Amino acid sequence: MTVQLLTRRQALAGVAGFSVALEAMATNATADTALARRKLVVVICRGGLDGLSLSPPVGDPAYARLRGPIAIPAFAAPGGALKLDDTFGLHPSLTFAHGLAMKGEARIAPAIATPDRERSHFEAQDVLESGAPRVYATSSGWLNRALGAMGPSVKAMSVGPTAPLVLRGKIEAASWSPGGMAERDRRLPAILQDLYARDPLLGPALAEGLATETMAKTALADASRTDAAMSDVEMAQGSPIPVPSSPARPPATPPRQGLDQARKIGATLAGFMVQPGGVQVAAVSIDNFDTHANQGAAQGQLANRLVYVDAFLNGLQAGLGASWQDSIVVMATEFGRTAHVNGTNGTDHGTASTALILGGALRRGGIVGDWPTLQQARLFESRDTYPTLDMRALFKGLLRDHLGIDRAALDRSVFPESAQIAPVERLVA
Amino acid sequence: MTIDLSASIAVTRFGLGARPGEIDRARANPREFLLAQIRPAGALQPQPAAPNSAQRLSELRDYQRDRKQARQSGDPKSDPVMMFAKLLRQDTAQDFLARARLAATTSDGFAERWALFWANHFTVSAVKGDTATLVGPFEQEAIRPHVFGRFEDMLVASTKHPAMLLYLDQAQSVGPGSFLAQKAALNQAAHIPGLNENLGREIMELHTVGVDAGYTQADVTEFARALTGWSLGRLDHPEEPRGFMFRPYAHEPGARLIMGRRYAQDGEAQARAVLGDLAADPHTARHLATKIARHFVSDTPSQVLTNQLAKAFETNGGRLDEVARALIASPEAWVPAGTKFKTPYEFLVSSWRAADAPPTDIAAIAHAMTILGQRPFSAPSPKGWPEDAQAWCAPDSVIKRMAWSESFAAQSVAEQDPIVLAQNALGARLTPAVSAAVSRAETRAEGFSILLMSPEFQRR
Repeated sequence: MTVQLLTRRQALAGVAGFSVALEAMATNATADTALARRKLVVVICRGGLDGLSLSPPVGDPAYARLRGPIAIPAFAAPGGALKLDDTFGLHPSLTFAHGLAMKGEARIAPAIATPDRERSHFEAQDVLESGAPRVYATSSGWLNRALGAMGPSVKAMSVGPTAPLVLRGKIEAASWSPGGMAERDRRLPAILQDLYARDPLLGPALAEGLATETMAKTALADASRTDAAMSDVEMAQGSPIPVPSSPARPPATPPRQGLDQARKIGATLAGFMVQPGGVQVAAVSIDNFDTHANQGAAQGQLANRLVYVDAFLNGLQAGLGASWQDSIVVMATEFGRTAHVNGTNGTDHGTASTALILGGALRRGGIVGDWPTLQQARLFESRDTYPTLDMRALFKGLLRDHLGIDRAALDRSVFPESAQIAPVERLVA
Repeated sequence: MTIDLSASIAVTRFGLGARPGEIDRARANPREFLLAQIRPAGALQPQPAAPNSAQRLSELRDYQRDRKQARQSGDPKSDPVMMFAKLLRQDTAQDFLARARLAATTSDGFAERWALFWANHFTVSAVKGDTATLVGPFEQEAIRPHVFGRFEDMLVASTKHPAMLLYLDQAQSVGPGSFLAQKAALNQAAHIPGLNENLGREIMELHTVGVDAGYTQADVTEFARALTGWSLGRLDHPEEPRGFMFRPYAHEPGARLIMGRRYAQDGEAQARAVLGDLAADPHTARHLATKIARHFVSDTPSQVLTNQLAKAFETNGGRLDEVARALIASPEAWVPAGTKFKTPYEFLVSSWRAADAPPTDIAAIAHAMTILGQRPFSAPSPKGWPEDAQAWCAPDSVIKRMAWSESFAAQSVAEQDPIVLAQNALGARLTPAVSAAVSRAETRAEGFSILLMSPEFQRR
């Protein structure tokens, strides 16, 4: 009979292995609670946000000449860019975001693009939000598939009356938009839940909607506390962020009421996120960045839109309070715009643009990705900012290091066929 | 399929929802009920008709003059933004109310849906201030007269309309080699006018061949060059037309090469020839057929159906009445299960029709439409409103639809039996489950709310 006795070495190895495993479990448990506090907000700017105005490279020798009348003035000039480093500033409308940047809580990725190169809004938005390497390859969004990789307890929500593609998919996400919360017949929801029992579309949507409505009461109360001075604005906007319509010549200062609404929407979204068991992952879309004509510079059409973006970010940060330290906001667009001003003081569809990354959980640092410069020879197809960073690399870096999603899931399911796209490193504090 | 079910489908899927008695009227011959709505004169016009675009452009000119005076006077009460907002509200509100009342009352529900489809295809949106007061006139002048005519005629009317020329920035696009640009360069002007490729790109991508047609950036730029000069009269020049005007001095000289074809025409005729070729391109037939099938039948229509529609388009020279007839003839369009989830406008219109309660208060409609995500005349992009269930059946929208249903039911159907309303609204599409829930309701208003929120009423 042969009894295989453990050697001392084997026994030690076994014990060590066991304790390593225990330690790992302990770390995971701590990590899990830490992870559960982490929040991510994805802001999709539709229409092709001009990166060269969002984060104007006023220190690039070619910038002023290419942009002519729509160039953002240099750092020291009146209405000049708000300085980030020797090359880049932020648009002068983004005073709040700039304040964050000065604390190391906002960074830019100034030459980022999706893999799509067709300059069609709708194809590029599809690729940006689906996370697929090509257009119309999948009908779900990368953020929804990221939820699938995070486990069952994560709550996600989109802001606005329609569901953005980025959050569509197998995991039922909540949605919320301002307005229309009336006291109602208590019976109707229950009757409808019965009627929708076998309805794959309406059933889950109603259940999720009712749960969100309960949360909304708390969130709205929180938002009011965040800014008690905020007037009692009727929030009935269709676009989640009330970007103004553009009159023939935009007013010098955007309407105050819209600004309050934008801040309040930011604060309300924060209210959903800070409550116990609240929303951890959110998607917001903002329309109307397609500035083909008269886009303006320090003031004007695009400047007014950015004022609203800044107000939304301000409301969101204020509402998150202490949770801001666990939060990251990433704002991206489907494509940038031509490096040259066009013939009508605007810009046409281009390629790379700027993504803005903000949050208390962000690691301090310079620009994300390389700056190709605006030298004529470096422009993409002689017309657009050259893309040096794949949008998926940024998103993967955030999902891995901020939300703890492993690389294999990112490469295969969240961003299909993207193994060759490495996550951006060192984004998260 | 029973004739009862066909009658319900004719009125609720092809049409805008049943008014009381309408399904009964369609029962005699559901297909004929639809075919009779196809008229060469196009779709009915909302009443009272909006002032035409020339009048609206004159108003815009007056506004610009007043604004200038207000700025000079410095009177804070005459804030130009407020004045502009008021103008927009009054004009666009009247146009939208007239259009909503037409939808709520017409006996040509299919023709009206067909017109709304084309208005969304050629989207102009009030999101852009210059365009806001022209959206109503655009539908009236460029869309409704052509919806049962040749596609090419609608394409040309849309492209030349001041609403489109302003919405997609064509009015100010100038050829870099044109007389105007050359003169500005010689004079060392502060602004040298040039090209804007917005309209050219969207005509190709959205209005005609579609993004998969294989055109390149160079094709887009060449088409934009061909379109230079397609503009409108300057508002502060009384001698110029209040509407389309070709400006030879802004037109880029020379022949253009677009999608492999050479265009050597002079002036206005050049872009006109391109539009003709784009309208006749087989990619356009396929693109339009797919959109029509998605709108009327399913978010994921079969190849068979889109082939039938594309063939009807191609073999009849792009005649849209023949495409409408092909749609009505297709068995797939009559499958019993309703899969199309209503957009907010479709939901409101069908609710007004079910209650036989046309809207009267624009403020209430505008508020409801905005809350439900479809702010009047304000599509978010030139692609128009989305039409798929994935976009509209978000949790938030279901809650908002429920809240609207309750308040509408409370105001509109006090004296009516909800079961009768349900039978009138859905006909043979009314299921036993919905019927039972409606009849068990505690109040008439609750019963009507249940009908409006039922899976069968939310779909078509």
